[in-house]
Amino acid sequence: MIEFRQVTKRYDSDHTALRQVNFGLERGELAFLTGHSGAGKSTLLKLIMVMERPSAGEVVVGGQVLNRLPRRQIPYIRRHIGVVFQNHQLLFDRTVFDNVAMPLEVMGASPRDTGRRVRAALDKVGLLSKEKMNPLQLSGGEQQRVGIARAVVNKPPVLLADEPTGNLDPALSADIMNLFGQFSQVGVTVLIATHDIALINEMNRRTLTLDHGRLVAGGASVMGGGASGR
Amino acid sequence: MAVEPRRRPESARGANKARSPWREQAESYLTHHRKVAEDSARRLWHTPVASLMTWTVMGVALALPVALLLLLTSLQGVSAGWESSARVTAYIDMDVPLEQARALRDEVSGDGRVAGVELVDRDQALAEFRASSGLEDALDYLGENPLPHTLLVTPEEGARSAEGVEGLVRFIEGMEGIERVQVDLGWLQRLNAMTDLLARAVWALAILLAAAVVLVIGNTVRLSIESRRDEILVAKLVGGTDSFVRRPFLYTGAWFGLGGGIVALILLQLSLWWLSGPIERLAGLYRSEFSLDGLHIDGALALIIAAMLLGWLGAWVAVKRHLDDMEPGDITGS
Repeated sequence: MIEFRQVTKRYDSDHTALRQVNFGLERGELAFLTGHSGAGKSTLLKLIMVMERPSAGEVVVGGQVLNRLPRRQIPYIRRHIGVVFQNHQLLFDRTVFDNVAMPLEVMGASPRDTGRRVRAALDKVGLLSKEKMNPLQLSGGEQQRVGIARAVVNKPPVLLADEPTGNLDPALSADIMNLFGQFSQVGVTVLIATHDIALINEMNRRTLTLDHGRLVAGGASVMGGGASGR
Repeated sequence: MAVEPRRRPESARGANKARSPWREQAESYLTHHRKVAEDSARRLWHTPVASLMTWTVMGVALALPVALLLLLTSLQGVSAGWESSARVTAYIDMDVPLEQARALRDEVSGDGRVAGVELVDRDQALAEFRASSGLEDALDYLGENPLPHTLLVTPEEGARSAEGVEGLVRFIEGMEGIERVQVDLGWLQRLNAMTDLLARAVWALAILLAAAVVLVIGNTVRLSIESRRDEILVAKLVGGTDSFVRRPFLYTGAWFGLGGGIVALILLQLSLWWLSGPIERLAGLYRSEFSLDGLHIDGALALIIAAMLLGWLGAWVAVKRHLDDMEPGDITGS
């Protein structure tokens, strides 16, 4: 589903964020992405989102090589990728429902369809009763779950998460990881960037480790199919 | 369930598309447009003072050139009216008898450039003068009629230009028994030259003010883009196309234009009402048919549409400058 082939990202002559990164993620696979601050986690996620383009190598998502993707096509790729952020990026000028509905709105879904799918997503994260509230009225964990509902509302085949549990206590973190696990079970490829070593150990999943832009662990095994290295 | 078991997401999406035919797609597209338009209008409505100020600026900038154009059109109407009534007056020698004057009339009317000739004989002229001048008693003291026979020549439509009339004048002047030919077109030419100059000045002003309107709206929309930055970034993040992200701002520009156009119409109507009394008096003094016409319904409509287009254009400039390069790259942090 996601494949990096010899990907290098250089910002300017002396700052190289990623060096020849190679890895592949299968459909339905859940993996962690870890490393010190500035190791290149965010850059890697941005390359999948086509917020950045690689300096060398190829990024392939869903069989599509993103390097050569024209600018106009970028939004259509993003519709197939759900993203969850540490600071959730919710809009406080609208209700929980409207926040979750945004990905459907940009796709031009009909209001009937939107209502049905937004409620399904909110139900999944256990916030169906709060659809009419403003995100400001919710707790941190609830806000994060709204962010997740928004990321999955249009059923993307890929789900990315950038420090999704950064501000949450362990119990809430476990809840959220549980949700991610469920998504991967139904075929969504999930990649979670996190510092939280305890959480990673608990989940016992494949872990991609970045160190100064190099993939030092977890990357080797899956190239073009096969088992996942854990 | 938010996520159903899904082996092949692509085909699932395809099935979804098949369930919603193009009619439903178009419907939701229109619904979306209406929603965005309403939302943009509501946002303007929620900041009434700021919106009203922008509308007023735009209204003033639009009303000024339109008022000048109206004035110009009225002036051109005046000169056109005069031109069509341009007549050449030929005074016949005092000693020419009436029969010869009639012959002269027939000769002049035979010319191709002449639409009609009226002969006013001296007795008739004296009677008219007596009636209109109020100098009856003074005329009685004169022993004989001091007025000559006169030909009033109306040029043909095609000969009503300055050169055409001039040629006609030369032709009549060359005839036997004509003492003097009078045509008063000089002031008309000057008026024409002045209205031409004024027209250019007005158009230059209109273009400048239109540019000002575009910039004002552009700046206002830029501020609104800044204030909705988060929303734009999230929309781009979840796959909103550029046109999706632009749409609310373009509608905002068009609404600014609508408001500005309406303010301009109100200003025009007010100043027309304010000026109509004095203009009527002035025109009356000149015995002129001059009247300052307001905008008709189609003109008003054209003004509003033009204003909306300008607003839209201003929004487009702002959107092009500030929105397209806004990328959600910085949203994720590091």
